[in-house]
Amino acid sequence: MAHYFDIIFRSIFIENLPLTYFLGMCTFLAISKQVKTAIGLGLAVLVLLVITTPINNFILNGLLKPGALGWIGQPNIDLTFLGLLTYIGVIAAVVQILEMVLDRFLPGLYNTLGIFLPLLTVNCAILGGTLFMVERDYTFGESVAYGFGAGGGFFLAVVLLAGIREKLEYANPPAALRGLGLTFITAGLMALAFMGLAGF
Amino acid sequence: MAESKLELLTLSILRRNPIALLILGICSALAVTSQMLTALVMSICVTLVVALSSMTISIVRFQIPNSVRIGIQITVIATLVIMIDQILKAFYFDLSKQLSIYVGLIITNCIVMGRAEGFAMSNPPVNSFIDGIGNGLGYGLVLMFVAFCRELLGSGTLFGAEIFQLTTNGGWYVRNGIFILPVSAFFLIAILIWVLRTLDPVQQEKE
Repeated sequence: MAHYFDIIFRSIFIENLPLTYFLGMCTFLAISKQVKTAIGLGLAVLVLLVITTPINNFILNGLLKPGALGWIGQPNIDLTFLGLLTYIGVIAAVVQILEMVLDRFLPGLYNTLGIFLPLLTVNCAILGGTLFMVERDYTFGESVAYGFGAGGGFFLAVVLLAGIREKLEYANPPAALRGLGLTFITAGLMALAFMGLAGF
Repeated sequence: MAESKLELLTLSILRRNPIALLILGICSALAVTSQMLTALVMSICVTLVVALSSMTISIVRFQIPNSVRIGIQITVIATLVIMIDQILKAFYFDLSKQLSIYVGLIITNCIVMGRAEGFAMSNPPVNSFIDGIGNGLGYGLVLMFVAFCRELLGSGTLFGAEIFQLTTNGGWYVRNGIFILPVSAFFLIAILIWVLRTLDPVQQEKE
């Protein structure tokens, strides 16, 4: 059990997706003007990572890995080269299904997350979560923990950034630095702070 | 489109630079820039993928049903990225280990999708190809700039060759640790944006 907590804490604080690996930067910078929308985005990322990482882990171990197809009598087939195509397909499918399910059963939540879900199909954070899972060879249980931790890390980072940016509205920076430039610097300072957690 | 082919190429390198002005494709820009070599390889990969995917999508643009166009675009892009990934793994294994998951992440690089959706779907193949090359070069230029600063100031080398002799080797330069850390890329890109937007005030954001 401690092992799973270790993965969760590590992926939230030390290996934070946007601030340590710079994944999901586009949405991270673009949709962090207000805390309210940032919470919606963070939740959408969290939900998607928790669902897609284990599914892709299951597909990797059950279909793609060398020897995984032993159950149909073909232990020599190695399909890992199809990985990227499969993962992005799974992510796109999960996004579509999640959208329909939420729309039907939880319209309140759909209104919060709805606009972000289609965007997240091509978000590096979601695909990155899966690819890190593949690279580190996680088991199914570990991949659930990792998906949760990575999503939680994104949630934390984007809400914090939005909080800072709301305050920065009152600042008076040079005109050319307004908006994007200032956000970059803020994110850089946040990343430095997060590196402190990793013990640099 | 009234722009000539040459304009298509040059516009997206400077005035419509995908990273600095449109905030596209930043993830990989920050992560692979600690060395010139990885940045160069990444730029080449992205340029190839953008150009070829734009061209392919542009060729079949009349056959793509509108409702499934995103899916088809992603399939085309993913196929190209898989090919590049396999080539890197086969011939340059060390490099592919260093680039780690970021080659795979070209699929979700917004520049590629952005050009496919925004340009290739409504323009002929040759123009799309040129536009792709231009955007790839614009992306590469920013990457190389950031990597240049980071490698030179962080470890005193360029492409692995020593430029500033480090104190550890009996030289005069004390390495600046922050430039090895990925966070320095945030500040470098911020400075780049600042300079570009000062030179071209049209791009400044309104209050």
